[in-house]
Amino acid sequence: MSTATEAASGEIHDADEAHDDHDHGLSDFGYIKVALLLGVLTAAEVLLYFVDTGPIEVPGLLILMVVKFWIVVAYFMHLRFDSKLFTWMFVGGMVLALAVYAAMGTSMLFWTDPAGCDLSPNLNC
Amino acid sequence: MTDTPTTAGTAAAVEPAEGDDPQIAYPRTEWDDYEIVPPTTSLSNEKLTMWTFLGSDCLLFGALISTYLLLRNRQPLSGEESLRAADLFDIPFTSVSSFVLLMSSLTMVLAVSAIARGEMERCKLWLLTTAAQGAVFIAGQVYEFTSFYREGLGFTVSISSSAFYTLTGFHGVHVSLGIIMLVTLWAMVNRGIIGPERAETVEIIGLYWHFVDIVWIVIFAVVYLIP
Repeated sequence: MSTATEAASGEIHDADEAHDDHDHGLSDFGYIKVALLLGVLTAAEVLLYFVDTGPIEVPGLLILMVVKFWIVVAYFMHLRFDSKLFTWMFVGGMVLALAVYAAMGTSMLFWTDPAGCDLSPNLNC
Repeated sequence: MTDTPTTAGTAAAVEPAEGDDPQIAYPRTEWDDYEIVPPTTSLSNEKLTMWTFLGSDCLLFGALISTYLLLRNRQPLSGEESLRAADLFDIPFTSVSSFVLLMSSLTMVLAVSAIARGEMERCKLWLLTTAAQGAVFIAGQVYEFTSFYREGLGFTVSISSSAFYTLTGFHGVHVSLGIIMLVTLWAMVNRGIIGPERAETVEIIGLYWHFVDIVWIVIFAVVYLIP
């Protein structure tokens, strides 16, 4: 019994430590380093805009955008250190938004009258 | 108290409870072999609510961004060539205001970190710095809108300009609400209403602020930088 109790208290202790880990995230210096990285990535974005890089410009900008987005969400919003449920709530909303609007965009591409602007001839834009 | 544990599934239940005679050897039961599973889903309702709200806000901004992308090159049916917002973008200026907003996320996370350590003065300083950076961003947006209007790009000039102003305006409203929340938070910390024991309140407002930042990361790339 005592062994079971010790094991149990050990698990609770581990759980407390894990909970602490959830709350802490990075140190202040760690956050400053992350912010510096974000600043560098923003500078890279602006550089890509001004320097003619041909076909890599748009993919490059999109990749930098996704990386910056992920860094803020993971470190500043603590999602990397927090419960997975929060991740699912947020990612669920994003995926739903992307799916719905991708579907809408695609349908508008298919249904748009090239001479006009929409499905209805009576609807001005 | 019975001589067998009544709390099913917990090994600790066979330990003498308060008021029990420690000399009595309680019999082992089959329940003693169960392991204690500590609660791993003890999540804060407030935090979960904020994450749910942010997930739903993705739908709002998803709608506004995709609408702008679909309409940004539309000209009026009258056939007149009208200005597009993209013709007037001042990328160096917008880059600076984007950088300011990005750095406000750093000061926000430092405020959360400070209050968690009980450093209230430092927390108040970071909260005010964050609000000030948000105000600088909003001032930049007001300047941008004003200069666009003076160039002839009004809200109703074309469906493209309406989509642009609606998207960036909604983001600006979110930032403004964030500033109001930050200043209110500062006042509450200043008056001692919020202390280290309620650090989660600052963290939740911080989540909102970071969300406003990540939305701008997408708008800056998709609307301003991608041709």
